[in-house]
Amino acid sequence: MADEVVVFRVWDSPFSYRVELALALKGVNFRRAEEDLKNKSSELLLYNPVHKKIPVLLHAGKPIAESLVILEYIDETWKQNPILPVDPYERANARFWATYVDDKCLEILWRACWTRGEEQQKCISEAGERLRTLETALEGKKFFGGDTIGFVDIVVSFLTPWMEVLQEMARIRLLEEENYPRLCRWVRDFSSCDVVKETRPPREKLVAFFATLKPPN
Amino acid sequence: MAESEDVKVLGAWPSPFVMRARIALNLKKVDYEFIAETMHPKSELLLKSNPVYKKIPVLFHKGNPICESLIIVQYIDETWTSVHPILPADPYDRAIARFWAVYIDDKWNPRMREYNMANTDEERAAVAEQIFAGAKLLEEAFQTCGKGGKWFGGDAVGYVDIVLGSWLGWIRVTEKMSGLKILDGDKFPQLAAWADRVCAEEAVKSVMPEINKMLEFGATMMARLKAASSAK
Repeated sequence: MADEVVVFRVWDSPFSYRVELALALKGVNFRRAEEDLKNKSSELLLYNPVHKKIPVLLHAGKPIAESLVILEYIDETWKQNPILPVDPYERANARFWATYVDDKCLEILWRACWTRGEEQQKCISEAGERLRTLETALEGKKFFGGDTIGFVDIVVSFLTPWMEVLQEMARIRLLEEENYPRLCRWVRDFSSCDVVKETRPPREKLVAFFATLKPPN
Repeated sequence: MAESEDVKVLGAWPSPFVMRARIALNLKKVDYEFIAETMHPKSELLLKSNPVYKKIPVLFHKGNPICESLIIVQYIDETWTSVHPILPADPYDRAIARFWAVYIDDKWNPRMREYNMANTDEERAAVAEQIFAGAKLLEEAFQTCGKGGKWFGGDAVGYVDIVLGSWLGWIRVTEKMSGLKILDGDKFPQLAAWADRVCAEEAVKSVMPEINKMLEFGATMMARLKAASSAK
């Protein structure tokens, strides 16, 4: 089909999930092209020669890489159920928090779950500060996008189920209800959205997958 | 001329990120007040308007603060829409422009600092190779994005021109300090010609610091960084 939409993805990636969630929110049909990251397809290497990473969105034969760039493309191409607000200042705010999540939260949250000992304690402490900052963005709002899921909600979707599974495995609790009431409520509200339930990877599958990744001793 | 709508930029002259905000406003012919940030210590205004990062630039418009240079440039483009579009009109072209902006900031430009901080010839050679590989990609990107025009933005200065152009001063400082020819006209003819063009562009020229001032500032900063890293 001339305007076929393909997402190069791996089932366990929170980054390719962002793209799939955005397309699902807009009701756009797409084909999933599952990648084996240890044996990347010639198509992936063709479509993302610079980074050789997923996700890649292929639309009418044209490839786009980088999840945040893809999300903006999706929003500009399919106008129904907007992901970004209309007002330029609110758009700036949404972009601000999305890049804050990517630049300041992702890695430290991941490291808090995979490190041990003193390093882990430092990571947990730093992760806590970042989550505290992120919590402020939810003030007075159900979702980061307001009454409905938006750009930032999609970007922070790795909090559930990925971070839930990782915290359980590491036997730590970063998102405590009493410290982060808004974020915890957000997790519940986000998880109960039909479109999220229909698109997210199964929790048990993630548990099994992460169990195969060994943390350092 | 766009009417003055109480637009301010909080920044400092050495910062390429601050330059981006100013270039974008210049292209849009928007009058603004430049507030020079004190930096050491950081001003109350900076701490209040950018509590998350405490960094310049901050754009103020109608009393609202906007932070992060790429976000500021997009805000400027989406607010003053009737003059000089910065991002392309087509969504795919916009995606490609955004892609290269992220590449330049996250992958390519950090190599310059790595090169300056390298201690051995081997390290330097390895980083230089990465710098040249990146420049080659950007030379190709110039063709794809520019579509035969004089700029990454085609016929007019655009998003990638601003993002990469704002680094030119510091790239030239790295070249002078290290002796490494990065924007080599033999290796990267389009990029080298583009670089001269950008520096001569009015909207850029007026906010690009003078090279000797930058060299002096760069030397001080390098000394401080090297002292800090050897103290570890």
